[in-house]
Amino acid sequence: MIETAFTPYASLGGGALIGLASVALMAVAGRIMGATGILAGILQPSSFSDWSWRAVILAGMIAGPLVVMMFTGQMPAVQVPISTTMLIIGGFIVGLGVTFGGGCTSGHGVCGMARVSPRSIVATVSFMIATAITVYVIRHIFGA
Amino acid sequence: MRLIILFLIGLVFGVGISISGMANPAKVLNFFDFAGTWDPSLIFVMGGAVVVTFIGYRFVLKRPAPMMDVKFHLPTRRDLDLTLIAGSAAFGVGWGIAGFCPGGALPALGTGRSEVFIFVGALLAGIFAAKFIKSAIANRATAQA
Repeated sequence: MIETAFTPYASLGGGALIGLASVALMAVAGRIMGATGILAGILQPSSFSDWSWRAVILAGMIAGPLVVMMFTGQMPAVQVPISTTMLIIGGFIVGLGVTFGGGCTSGHGVCGMARVSPRSIVATVSFMIATAITVYVIRHIFGA
Repeated sequence: MRLIILFLIGLVFGVGISISGMANPAKVLNFFDFAGTWDPSLIFVMGGAVVVTFIGYRFVLKRPAPMMDVKFHLPTRRDLDLTLIAGSAAFGVGWGIAGFCPGGALPALGTGRSEVFIFVGALLAGIFAAKFIKSAIANRATAQA
């Protein structure tokens, strides 16, 4: 386990920017800012225009850390406290889950919650509880 | 012009994710570790994002259409089914194992860290597997009908 510092201001500011981007995408293109939907639409596009708007958003997202680097002089921290095997298993399960669940933290957790969508509220409660239980079991029962 | 604006929207999202800590699995996992190295930061991310989006959507969704499209593309389903709940719970299990969610990992690709590429590769494999299972179920349903 790695201790991380409590960063309320950076986290609140980052959250506000995530919200701002979500509102802007709805205002401009009428779309939900959901990472799952954007990624799925890039993999299986129904038309070029359907593909291109998602592809440029993804490009913008990936440029995010580089812009942070330009202003602060360092890349955002990415600390991975688990093995590569666990990373692959976790990634695969996330892929299954978000496809069947129809969204993730951004689509259900932010945009859906903001629309007070019953499906998104249930999805968010469901994954938050499952994540907390998983972390507890891995760290405190198996002691990994 | 439209694509430049969309790129900038993605960029704002990516910067937000980067400074919020959502791209850092150690921080995400600590948020959920109430019994151990708890770091409550991420409640501020979620709170900030949901409040801004909630207020912003009130104004935006009052308009007849978005600026650069003919209509809003909003999910219309309101029913709660097992697929939604079980799928979301599975996502939670994976998130609890890896510490990356899709919205955190995609911007994190920009850091160039190999762990992020490994996660996103596994994520894509999971998405394809789920799509394959979904279409297999749909085919069987049509065959039986």
